[in-house]
Formats: sequence, C-alpha cells, structure tokens
Amino acid sequence: MNVLRLALAYARRRPLATAFNVALLAVGVATITLVILLSGELEQRLAREAAGIDLVVGAKGSPLQLVLAGVYHADVPPGNVPLAAVEELARRPLVQQVIPMALGDSYRGFRIVGTLPAFVAHYGASPASGRAWAAPMEALLGSEVARTSGLAVGAAFTGAHGLAEGGGDHDEAPYRVVGVLAPTGRVIDRLVLTGIDSVWQVHGHHDADEEHRDARAGRAGPPAGAATPPPPAREVTLALVKYRSPVAAASLPRAINAETVLQAASPAYESARLFTIFGVGTDVVRGFALLLIVASAFGLFVALVQALDERRYDLAIMRALGARRTTVVAVLLIESLLLAATGLAAGLALAHVLAASVGTWLPAAAPLAAGARAWHAEEWGIVALALGAGIIATLLPAWRAYRLDVAATLAEG
Amino acid sequence: MFALTAIEHRYGAAVVLRVDAWQAGAGEHWLLAGASGCGKTTLLHILAGLTTPTAGTAVVGGTDLGTLRGAARDRWRGRTVGLVPQRLHLVGALDVRDNLRLARYLGGVPEDPARLRALLESVGVADLAHRYPRELSQGQAQRVAIARAVVNRPALVLADEPTANLDDAHAAAALDLLRGQALANGATLVVASHDARVRPLFPHVRALPPRDRTASLRGTAA
Repeated sequence: MNVLRLALAYARRRPLATAFNVALLAVGVATITLVILLSGELEQRLAREAAGIDLVVGAKGSPLQLVLAGVYHADVPPGNVPLAAVEELARRPLVQQVIPMALGDSYRGFRIVGTLPAFVAHYGASPASGRAWAAPMEALLGSEVARTSGLAVGAAFTGAHGLAEGGGDHDEAPYRVVGVLAPTGRVIDRLVLTGIDSVWQVHGHHDADEEHRDARAGRAGPPAGAATPPPPAREVTLALVKYRSPVAAASLPRAINAETVLQAASPAYESARLFTIFGVGTDVVRGFALLLIVASAFGLFVALVQALDERRYDLAIMRALGARRTTVVAVLLIESLLLAATGLAAGLALAHVLAASVGTWLPAAAPLAAGARAWHAEEWGIVALALGAGIIATLLPAWRAYRLDVAATLAEG
Repeated sequence: MFALTAIEHRYGAAVVLRVDAWQAGAGEHWLLAGASGCGKTTLLHILAGLTTPTAGTAVVGGTDLGTLRGAARDRWRGRTVGLVPQRLHLVGALDVRDNLRLARYLGGVPEDPARLRALLESVGVADLAHRYPRELSQGQAQRVAIARAVVNRPALVLADEPTANLDDAHAAAALDLLRGQALANGATLVVASHDARVRPLFPHVRALPPRDRTASLRGTAA
C-alpha cells in the first residue's frame, strides 16, 4: 500500500468522471500538439528547401509566386525571362552562382525542370542508378517520381503541357530516362530533370510548326543531338541565385529589381511572410486547444471538490491512522497528476499517430508526416501546461484537506 | 498506561469536558461511561492526540502529548493508538485487506501479509478479504474496523460506542472481540459507551458527569 495505489483506487472508483476528464485533456493536448508537429515540420521543410538559395529571379510579378514556383515548385511561375538577362546577372561580382530553370511541362503531376547539372549538385543529390542527362531529351528522375511512376533507366515518357496533370501531351517529343536520383528528402525528389535545351526543343515545336512536323516525320525514338535548332529568343523561367558574400543582400535585390527586366525575391523573406499568413489559422486552433485544456482542468477541479465532500471522512480516518497532513494532500495531488499525466500521454500519443498518418486523412499534407517522428521542444511546454493544470485544479481541494478538522469530522460522521 | 491531569476542554466559552485526574495501567480494560453529549468522544480524541485540550496534561504511553506537534504527533498516533470510531469509516475505495494494509502504511509499519491473514482470521472475516466496505454487513464492517485498530499492535485501543445500533447478541460479540483483540495484542482498552449492557463486562469504569446545562446553553457546539 502506498500513496500511488491509494490514488489509483480513488480514480478507479469514479470511472466515468475520470475517463471524461482524461479524454477531454487528451483531446486538447492532441489538438495543440498536432498543430505544433505539422506546422513545425512545415516551417522546417520551408527553411530546408530554401537553404542555400539567396534569391530567386524571374519575371516581374508576385515575389511570393516566384518563390513558390522556383523553390517549392508549388505554384505556376509568373512568366519567362530572356536567358541573356540571367547570364548577365551571373557575371556580377556579388553573385557566386546562378542556376537557370526552364519550367512549363510536367509528367503525371511531377514538374519537368530544364536546368544545369549544378541544380542537382545544389540539392546534394546523386544518381542511384544511371547518370545525369548529357544530351537533349534525356531525363534524370527524382526518387519519388521513379517510385510513383515505375519508370526506370531506359524507359521513355512524354511530358504534358502545364504543371498539373491533364494537360495536352507532347506525344511527339518523348523523353528517355537515363538516371534515377537517390532520395534526398527535398523537393528534387519530386522533379524530372533535364537539360534546358530539351525544354526549348519541346516548346520550340509550338513556335516553329514547320520544324515540328519535320522532326516527327524524321525521327523514331529518342532524339539524338540537335535535331531541332534552338528557337531564336532563348528564354528561361527563373533562376536560383547564390551570393558571393552576405553583403550582396543589402544591394543586389534592389539593383536587380530597378535595373533589369528581372524580379528578385528572397525565399527566406517570402516564406516567413507566408508563414505569418497562415500562422493566424494555427493560432486559432491553438487557442481552441488551450480552451479544451482549461475546460478539462476545470472538470478535474469540480470532480475533486465533489469527491472531497464524500471523502473527507476517509481523509479524517487516514489522519487518525497516523497520516500526516502532507500525506493526505499528496494523495489528492498524485491522483490529480495521475489523471493529468494519463490525459497528457494519451494526447501526445494521439497527436503523433495522427501526424504520422496525416497522408491518409489529408493527402496534400502527406510529406509533413515526417514531423511525427521527432519530439519537439514545444511539447515540453504542453507537458508543463497539462501537469500545471492538474496541480492548479488540486490547490483548493488540497488546501481543504490540509486544514481538515479530524476530530470534528470523525465525530460528525 | 496513560494519565490525564486537570483536563479541561472548551468550545468558545463553553466547557464541554472536565477531567481532574484519570490514570490507567497497561493492559487494563476501561469503560468510559456517560450520557450522550457528555464529552466521551472528545476525551477519546484527546487520548488519541486528535484533539488538544484547552488546559491540562495528557501523558499517553510515557509521552506528554502537549509536547508533540504536527507530523510527530501523527507518527506517534499511528504507532501508539488504534481507534474504532463510532461510524467505523472504512475507506470505501479499498477492499477489506487493503484497508488493513492502509493502516500499516499510514502507521509507518512494514507490510506483513501473514499478520493480516492471521488477524482477519481471528476476527472472523478471512473470507471477506477482497470485499469492499459497501458489500459488508454492519457487523462485518465492525469486525474489520476492530482489526484495523489493532493491526499495528498499538499500546492503546479506543472504541467509540461500539454497541450502538447492535442487538444484544451482536453487542456482546463486538465487545468480546474488542476485549479479546486488546488482550491478544497486549493493548490497554478504553470503550466509550452510554450502553448499560456494557457496564458489567468492565472491571474499570470511568463515568463522565452529564454535561453542565448552563454550559450547553451557552455553548456553540450542540
């Protein structure tokens, strides 16, 4: 027999009230934890994807759109810009590296990105099988693309016009898979990579219908080399820029925006802005979850006060049997903490399970499931909050138990 | 075993109890007699260290209770006194065996399953060890309460109106059990009772006078 067993015995005595309070607390804890897990993972992913990219340059328009399209591959790009303007940017002394990207087509919803090998190096990716592209219409697949589509080295596929599924197919210009990248956990896993000239070649057909037909008639199988001459005005969609020194941040974006046809957008700034926008939404959910936790603490308080009315004879006899004041207070406190800890543990477990399976109930958020595996520092705050609520709910009953007049209570019973 | 000297207890201005001197030897069985409301329960609580008298000294088992405070007094009580309250007050959340284990735990006495079994056997409730108090008859509950009072082998056993609401047969059985257990555990026994059936059974009787009428008129506690 000890204080813990005694507290358990009392908790078992009122199973319905106990279960209700535990469940209420668990739901509150789960809600607030889920928000922390998912938004924390989202924030981390946003930062991870933007790592090493100081600027995105592209057509003038919305800087947020530019960042979403260029860094997160989550929006359509504003438009195209002349390759010459991007090349001019690369020659500036403050710029270390410029990686141009030509967007426009997709394969089964995965974007086809025409770019330079430096793009693969930027994401720290390397082929798990095959090699990088070397000639036009050769494609290197991100791991997720290969896994989902089942394409392997040697397979052929055609891109669809546009960035979403269901665009018109470029049947006449098939790509050939020459390599598949190892998984990186970054956005490159979901991209189809090829040379910029491949994209030009596919889209060149629209611009020059004559060549289009010639090419179709004269070619069977993948194109080998420059079967089609590049279109006259060579354009790219956007480019990722790395500074040579942090000093560049002070002047370069403004210079680009003022002096060139390009627009410069900072991924760090834009994603922070994005996060503040939907941060309001998560704040509302957090507030609601806090309300649930407060409600459960209040429920615990009411249950304890009610229980104390019945239980003061028990407390009196315990004192008569030799229990100290602090012992009877400890019984109440431990009982309350036991319930709070149970609700807390159930809530945390529920949140992690829900976050881990987020893909099944919110397919768009599937990549955020990774957040379920880690313990976030903010969760310690929830632990403190739930246990603190348990303690506060016990304060008044504990004080009454401490002050109990043992002799009078025994005599009145 | 205990000695009370010039005990006086008041609620507000009303004197509810006055005992000039009362001494009991170790192992003696005492009846504390008197009408209802004459202060028997208060006197038992003073002996148990639950109530501190307004004036006077109570020395129990060689300890002057006036010198004990707080946790030290609780510890002393757990080791020295076994109390059978009038309403028994078994802990409803615990079964019979756990009620006894609770008494050992709170008295700071190590667990002793063999002692519990033997004790439950000797008060005749061995087969009820896993019943909860609400499942017991009044007589069974009283046996458990008596077992609980002696489980730590206290030097002093106090019982408050143990025969109230019991018919003759059950009253006799309860008193036999109390006296037998006190004897078996070498304890001094004080039974507070207004029941005339009890009186012939006790060699030592301490009678409290009825409460002072004027005092109770002025008293705050009815």
